[in-house]
Amino acid sequence: MSERASATRPDADADAEDGASTSGDDRGEQHPTDSEETARTASGRPVTTGAQAVVAALEAAGARHVFGVQGGAIMPVYDALYDADLTHVTMAHEQGASHAADAYGQVTGEPGVCMATSGPGATNLVTGIADANMDSDPLIALTGQVPTDFVGNDAFQETDTIGVTRPITKANYFASESTTVGDTVGEAFALAGAGRPGPTLVDLPKDVTNAETDRGPEEGALPEYYEVPEGANESAVEAAATALARAEKPLILSGGGVTKGDASEQLRAFAIDHGIPVVTTMPGIGTFPEDHDLSLSWAGMHGTGYANMAISHTDCLLAVGTRFDDRLTGGIETFAPDAAVIHVDIDAAEISKNVHADYPLIGDAGTILDQLAETMPAAFEAVGTGSDSYEEWREQCASWKEEYPMDYATPDDQPVKPQFVVEALDELTPDDTIVTSGVGQHQMWASQYWTFRHPRTWISSHGLGTMGYGLPAAIGAKMAAPDRDVVCFDGDGSFLMTLQELSVAVREDLDVTVVVLNNEAIGMVRQWQDAFFDERRMASMYGWMPDFAQLAEAFGARGFTLREYDDVADTLQAAIDYDGPSVVDAHIDPDENVYPMVPSGGDNSQFALSEDQL
Amino acid sequence: MSSDSEGDGERSTDPDSVPRKGLQGPRPGERTRPHGRRSGQGIRIDPQAEATHQPRRTAISALVKNEPGVLAEVSGLVSRRQFNIESLTVGPTTNPETSRITLVIEEPDPGVRQVERQLEKLLPVISVRELGTDAVRRELVVLKVHGDRPDEVNAITQMYDGRTLDAGPRTITVEITGDEQKIDDAIDAFRQFGIRELARTGQTALARGDEWTTHAEEERYEQLRSETDPTPTTADD
Ligand SMILES: Cc1ncc(C[n+]2csc(CCOP(=O)(O)OP(=O)(O)O)c2C)c(N)n1
Repeated sequence: MSERASATRPDADADAEDGASTSGDDRGEQHPTDSEETARTASGRPVTTGAQAVVAALEAAGARHVFGVQGGAIMPVYDALYDADLTHVTMAHEQGASHAADAYGQVTGEPGVCMATSGPGATNLVTGIADANMDSDPLIALTGQVPTDFVGNDAFQETDTIGVTRPITKANYFASESTTVGDTVGEAFALAGAGRPGPTLVDLPKDVTNAETDRGPEEGALPEYYEVPEGANESAVEAAATALARAEKPLILSGGGVTKGDASEQLRAFAIDHGIPVVTTMPGIGTFPEDHDLSLSWAGMHGTGYANMAISHTDCLLAVGTRFDDRLTGGIETFAPDAAVIHVDIDAAEISKNVHADYPLIGDAGTILDQLAETMPAAFEAVGTGSDSYEEWREQCASWKEEYPMDYATPDDQPVKPQFVVEALDELTPDDTIVTSGVGQHQMWASQYWTFRHPRTWISSHGLGTMGYGLPAAIGAKMAAPDRDVVCFDGDGSFLMTLQELSVAVREDLDVTVVVLNNEAIGMVRQWQDAFFDERRMASMYGWMPDFAQLAEAFGARGFTLREYDDVADTLQAAIDYDGPSVVDAHIDPDENVYPMVPSGGDNSQFALSEDQL
Repeated sequence: MSSDSEGDGERSTDPDSVPRKGLQGPRPGERTRPHGRRSGQGIRIDPQAEATHQPRRTAISALVKNEPGVLAEVSGLVSRRQFNIESLTVGPTTNPETSRITLVIEEPDPGVRQVERQLEKLLPVISVRELGTDAVRRELVVLKVHGDRPDEVNAITQMYDGRTLDAGPRTITVEITGDEQKIDDAIDAFRQFGIRELARTGQTALARGDEWTTHAEEERYEQLRSETDPTPTTADD
């Protein structure tokens, strides 16, 4: 935490401040508190301003870290943080703050908090908020705003943050009263983590946070009319169980909702008890151990051949906590075309949005999996089958694993293959290592060739596909889990987008290892250009790249360069052993491409294994 | 997952054993393929009855909290999800804390369900329901025609149970209320005089008879009735 900003809250924008204090004070007086005891912050100080109510609400909700950047309109809140029972992590860029908070939220399961000033601070958060929204990650954004009287007048550093973030938040609030601002933050907190998680935002006008109030936050309550469904109704569960019992080729599709709902245990038990093969979605990676016999790894555009064969041939798909993204389904017409679909989701709006659900089960994933497990014996009996009848199907799935193994060519005379680097690092690190990534080919290799065994170990940008996500996410993940190993696989292009956050990793002395799979290209685009645009590599090749190892050293981190197969293990080991942030600039085969691949909108069973199959 | 053929991450030394590119396995054309198919709406197509959902026109009523930004939220939702919307009307109820929004949409069945469910997710939305085909629907048009044939204009206005709101030497402004078809017909009939301008409100509607338009109102009505007067005048007081 940096030094005290000011004891008396003076302000650079004096005009704004004038407007602020008058209206703020008025508000304070208009809402005298009842005789109840004065509210206090976690550290025991009485609440005297709106800003302190905000911070007290964060403390009350259990927040321990805040990621952000200072600025004029958010200064009162920062000032209140000075004495708070919270660690503030100053990021290099607000985008970094939102990604770090997002990853923090994914690792802990509790909403991560990011903070920024009005205008440019708020707009810099937007990418991270949109990212959290697409991936249903619990996140809270607190943004400063110009004083209420200035709102709408194009004041200095004003942006309509509410308008800008409405389509990318679960809910957003314009805090208009210092007396209720604490409650608003409490509600935003509760809402971010409730039901289907998502980002919430509170816009905090400076007069509101500056105004005097002795009203602290009430218990962080969910808003009126907000209902979180629990289990599904019995008859619906019975119908779904019967469909599963009747199936010959059942398949479980485990999505990110299984992680969010902490239902991984139930899912594993259900699959293993009934002998049903499991594919995951990409956000669902880790919900089922990838080294288990029943695991077919993940399905979709770059998923394994066997996962996609299973998806295409199943006659009953138990889909849990997935929104059937098009990167998973390919063309809807050819997605699991023979399958009755049982769709478990906490968000009713996901039911039949993309793929029609024959058996919708709305509610908490863990609760419904328990309900299904209880119902299965009776269902098997009624139908006159048992999990033995899936035997042939299990064998079929196993034979697809043999036919389409995940493999790659490693001749001596070629530059290092990225897959080899991923596998090597996996072997050198513990099972519960947290892996973050940027977006591109490296993200796919990391998710294909790392063997994930636990939920909340694969932290990546799925729905939005945000390049630059990896490093700030690694920072957030390490803050959330200081005792775990955290590694980031980045692309050279992705790394360039947010590498300034290395300064934060160094300042906070975070032991994270970044491996840049450097192909001197924005490789995923180059791959598509080669395949679909006659190899016209417009704007996808870098003519010159910085030396990432030297760059890391300039930031005060350790830098390593990797070019030879023989150095891979030693260099990675040295990077892991270094007690602080390290960057490995791994020069990989620039022509390596990601396969298997289902061209967008294609048929999952028609995945290509090489360019000539596209 | 590491390749077991090469012995966990170990490199092969014989370049000939190495595939030239990528992964191996039967080529796409050689693989087994499923027979089924889904429609563009993600519904499995029954080869017997190859039915797809046709768009239908329907009204959805939403009871919402009366607070700033609700309309922006609803219209933003409609536009970013590309729902095919015909009209959207909004106005307060007798309960000052709530407003009613009536949306007329043209969507196939799955689209109608999506509109309902997505609306329900918005925080200020209290209760949502699709209205039946027998719902009472009304729309208002105010239109202004050239004033040189006042008697004939008046006759048409009478014919459509309308009212004259303003009549001057150069223009006559009338209002017509009715269902959509009647409004369309009336506008057609007035065309002969030369319509200078018109403003339509879009549909607003309530469920017919004993039926409640949205569940929240029924609950509130019952609650008020049990708490106070045995016969409250409206649910929204
Ligand atoms: C912020 C952002 N801008 C552009 C894209 C489009 N895009 C997707 S993958 C990709 C290439 C990524 O390159 P790099 O990070 O070097 O990874 P590589 O594919 O080479 O492993 C690009 C430009 C994106 N996903 N995100």
